Amino acid sequence: MGTKFGTVTETGLQFFGKMALSISHEIKNVLAIINENAGLLGDFALMIDRGAAIEPQRLKNISQAVMKQVRRADNIVKNMNRLAHSVDKSIEPIDLNDILELLVALSDRVASTRGVAVQAKLNQDALKLRIAPFFLMHLLWSCMDFAMGATGEDKIIEIVPQKTAAGAQVFFKGLGGLAGAPLKPFQAELDKGLTDLIKAELEFDVENREIVVTIAEDIDSE
Amino acid sequence: MSEKLLIIDDEKDFLDIIAERIRAHGMDVSTVTSVEDALNMVEEESFDVVIMDFMMPGMNGFQTLKAVKQKKPGVQIILLTGYVPDEKRIEAKALGALDVIEKPPDLEDLIGKIRSLKTP
Repeated sequence: MGTKFGTVTETGLQFFGKMALSISHEIKNVLAIINENAGLLGDFALMIDRGAAIEPQRLKNISQAVMKQVRRADNIVKNMNRLAHSVDKSIEPIDLNDILELLVALSDRVASTRGVAVQAKLNQDALKLRIAPFFLMHLLWSCMDFAMGATGEDKIIEIVPQKTAAGAQVFFKGLGGLAGAPLKPFQAELDKGLTDLIKAELEFDVENREIVVTIAEDIDSE
Repeated sequence: MSEKLLIIDDEKDFLDIIAERIRAHGMDVSTVTSVEDALNMVEEESFDVVIMDFMMPGMNGFQTLKAVKQKKPGVQIILLTGYVPDEKRIEAKALGALDVIEKPPDLEDLIGKIRSLKTP
């Protein structure tokens, strides 16, 4: 277990780092837009000094653009905060819908850089589980990351959670390139401990072009 | 003759304003939000400088840099990115980039770099 735990810790840190990198890139983009708007205000001030007339609507546009970016940054930081708090308790009750929603938001930039659209079709009802939230996110991210390379030509991944008698399942659908994807190395990587740690099971269904993650309702139940 | 620029960034809100501010310095600025459109424009038109975001959908900055250089070896390229570790800067320059600048960029500095290209 020691080696497996060490590997999971290392890959978990890599997952955390990747998300932090994506978040920092998004925040930098927000800052760049606010910076340009501030610069434009400065340009307008210079023009007014020189006697030019600036339409009030142009100033309102700048104000609205800055407010839009502040709201965007607020969402990014809230998501970062939720990710950071996912390691507060080793095991706790969660709603799988919330975890998937957060994961899709956090990985938006990574997906878009790889030219992939990720669509989560969340469940209307809560999907309550008692699990280690950070490791669950890490496992689901690993599946999403792998799925991004197995979409085939469509470049769309659908993520669908579903309640089962013993817990829940998450389907990663639309993987037209699954047959040609390197399944064995990916499975071997996860078998190093992550699936064991949260008692999850993975199924690669090439015929239906999907990955299915099965998760127990309570990690402590036998 | 004014400098002719192409700016590539998928953040349209950023693109529109920086283009407006650079135009105010007398430069001829075109903008695109996708790498595909950028490569088409580079092929069809002649630009002095291409300024591009490093993390674009579908292709990373190094791939885009190589593709642009393949089409127009003489074009100068400035990469914009959130964070510039030394190895990224070195690799970009080895691939022919003029510079790698962190976001948010200092406009006066950027304008200065572009103008220096035309100074004999």
